[in-house]
Amino acid sequence: MRKSLIVWLGLLVWLPTATLAAPKIESWQTPNGAKVLFVPAPGLPMVDVRVVFDAGSARDGDKPGLATFANAVLSEGAGDWNADQLAEALESHGIQMGNGAERDMAWVSLRSLTDPAALTVAVNVMANVLARPHMAAADIDRIRGQMLVALKQSAQDPGTIARKRFWATLYGDHPYGHDPDGTEDALRLIDGPQLLAFHQRYYVANNAVVAIVGDLDRAKAEALAKDVTAKLPAGEHAPALPVPGRFAQTDASQRFPSSQTHVLIGQLGMARHDPDYFPLYVGNHVLGGSGLVSMLGEEVRNKRGLSYSVYSYFAPMRQVGPFVMGAQTRNDQADEAIGVMRDTLKAFIANGPGPDELKAAKQNLTGGFPLQIDSNKEIVQYIAMMGFYDLPLDWLDKLVSRIDAVTADQVKDAFARRVHPDDLLVVKVGNGAAERD
Amino acid sequence: MKNALRYIALGLLGLTAQAHAQVTEYRLDNGLKVIVKEDHRAPVVVSQLWYKIGSSYEYTGITGISHVLEHMMFKGTKDVPAGEFSRIVAANGGQENAFTGRDYTTYFETLSADRLEIALKLEADRMANLVLDPTEVKKETEVVKEERRLRTEDKPTGLLYEQFNAVAWRASPYQNPVIGWMNDLDNLKLADLAAWYRRWYSPGNATLVIAGDVQPEQVKALADKYFGPIPQVDLAPQKPFVEPPQVGITRVVVDVPAKQPYVMMGYKTPMVGSADQPWEPYALTVLAAILDGGASARLSKELVRDQGIAASAGAGYDAYSRLPGMFVLDGTPTADHDLGQIESALRQQIKRLQDEPVDPAELQRVIAQAVAQKVYEKDSLFYQAMQIGLLETVGLDWRLSEQELDRIKAVTPEQIQAVARKYLVDDNLTVAELKPKADTRPEDNKDA
Repeated sequence: MRKSLIVWLGLLVWLPTATLAAPKIESWQTPNGAKVLFVPAPGLPMVDVRVVFDAGSARDGDKPGLATFANAVLSEGAGDWNADQLAEALESHGIQMGNGAERDMAWVSLRSLTDPAALTVAVNVMANVLARPHMAAADIDRIRGQMLVALKQSAQDPGTIARKRFWATLYGDHPYGHDPDGTEDALRLIDGPQLLAFHQRYYVANNAVVAIVGDLDRAKAEALAKDVTAKLPAGEHAPALPVPGRFAQTDASQRFPSSQTHVLIGQLGMARHDPDYFPLYVGNHVLGGSGLVSMLGEEVRNKRGLSYSVYSYFAPMRQVGPFVMGAQTRNDQADEAIGVMRDTLKAFIANGPGPDELKAAKQNLTGGFPLQIDSNKEIVQYIAMMGFYDLPLDWLDKLVSRIDAVTADQVKDAFARRVHPDDLLVVKVGNGAAERD
Repeated sequence: MKNALRYIALGLLGLTAQAHAQVTEYRLDNGLKVIVKEDHRAPVVVSQLWYKIGSSYEYTGITGISHVLEHMMFKGTKDVPAGEFSRIVAANGGQENAFTGRDYTTYFETLSADRLEIALKLEADRMANLVLDPTEVKKETEVVKEERRLRTEDKPTGLLYEQFNAVAWRASPYQNPVIGWMNDLDNLKLADLAAWYRRWYSPGNATLVIAGDVQPEQVKALADKYFGPIPQVDLAPQKPFVEPPQVGITRVVVDVPAKQPYVMMGYKTPMVGSADQPWEPYALTVLAAILDGGASARLSKELVRDQGIAASAGAGYDAYSRLPGMFVLDGTPTADHDLGQIESALRQQIKRLQDEPVDPAELQRVIAQAVAQKVYEKDSLFYQAMQIGLLETVGLDWRLSEQELDRIKAVTPEQIQAVARKYLVDDNLTVAELKPKADTRPEDNKDA
């Protein structure tokens, strides 16, 4: 048995991984100050545009939900079009537009054919959606109603309740603490002038990144970026966010009438520009970032059948994002699962990754790199993220060698310094959880 | 095993002048069908192995068995121990997973194009050599039960969908949930899984779809090398199936601790291959887009924006299934409207489609979106492979995906009205309502 396995591996694992040139990213600024990142993608007569603003819920201030609300109302009428006309203008050319907001960023995205009849409409609509939303009272009230319904849907989902409690407890009053979906009280009070003021402050060229991927040459991409942002005032970049402090309580569990208990365990993790980024990223891939192959997948699911999904991740954000381990299990097994997850983490910190584990994780990450960027849709999201977090343009070119350079000692050292298995926040939501308010 | 293959190069089938729309199809002597779609945009390949097995082949007592077997397929063969499949693919920079539906069980790997051999060798091995270990079966069945709790038991809309199907169908196996009833999962035995594996996992019951930066000759050689030696297995023919007629509306209420009401409505409809007229499924496809093809379509414009009845509303129809399915509508009411109002608003929309021909401008928007979609979908290798695999696996021809746009363009306002009158009628209708009730147990009893 074991012998034949070795024969298999010898046959199947070819090293080194095939090298792939990262996409060539071009970058410039629009006349009013928006940063542009562009990857030409000839082959399909289409273009993806993603405009990202530092206008996520971290900018809500004392009105949780304001950023999501302002973003959602953008496409409900802008420029010369009311909501009906705007949708008809786009869809009669097969143009797709989307938008959304998270904690750090808010975005509007567009996918259009490069056929000039379609692309002209697409660019014109997007320019107005970004800069000239109507924010009419009826549209605001409709979006408010939809957001309140979304809150009710979240309140019947134990996984969402657990996630919101985790962030709220981990970050307290820090701008990352409240959920981007907001609260019922705040949503009921947010009014037109507040939405307009938020839009005027944050939807400005100096706070924007334009990512473009498609069948365009540089000159056409420059014209597109300029036209899409033409109506935006220059404005100012959003100010720096405060550094989060230590969380105030270590258990934020809540009872919920469900058959499973959702478990989230974690602490503060790392920011996007963190000196330990690569050791923590590669190390987490071994620990819980690679599905069933990871240590958590092996211990919690493969060995014990405790949970369908089990994982860990660092969410690198503008400020320090969380480190999270998560699973869901039958109520009476919740404490067992937590014990296994904690023990797995402790063992990982004590021992670091084994040489084979580290090698396999690196092979998965570097060999899988072409898969991360094999479509226009993925590339446009990736370069928008790079622009938003001010990553250097050669980030993708150096990614593989930086991952390859990570050593087991670096991983062990970074985890020992940064992750504290005896001082973790635990959130259980389910019918086995004792209430800790 | 001889290398004689029936080899058919089908040549360019592109809608536009796209050189990557090259599809090649052949069949091994043992019955395995292989379809290669070349796409050289990125040095990546998707391998999908589609088996004609899923919950619609199951019956009471063994529901969920196809899906549990899908999980067990990662638990080892005599040469590749449990978990090793995933580890080998991961160590080669790949991603792998599987999904089970009513009509199919599909295993996929996405890899750098030069690693295709790994996927084919491993898939061929587990097609023939699965080892079902009693301990692994027991553990993995618990994992699947956790999956059921996550997706259904604790999810009000998941429960509603399960109840909706359970009452809508009198005889169709579409009445059973893909994940299976909990009681059947509790009583599933290793011997059941072993028999299911022997019966359905064979080259003649599978289609291998390869999409990406590959050459058809290279795929042919690899498929022949690894799948060629697997013996052919004769499959028992499927009995024909006809759903008995429904008389009057079927209703079900799901009353669970929830917060937000929701309604789902479904009309039984034919699919491509079984409709009285070949254009009917395409007319239903267009009809669904008239209602829900974006923010300019009727449900968003009228129910959400004009009338303010719905926070959201949708319509959908799947033209490609093994057995007749449903045209489904759903709606989430706004705070000051109830389920009755949203149901009558949705039914009013159906009546209008029966009474009035659709506006040419609406039809034009549906076509413009379908034309653009045909370009956009080429940005996803996985989706291109899915289309081919799905069509083949439900008993149709993958070439239908290339013809779809022309069929949609040919639909007339009269045909849309005709299918609305013929199929979207009360005798085909099931309505399921999610009516939230509070968790009324006293606080200190909630741990019970």
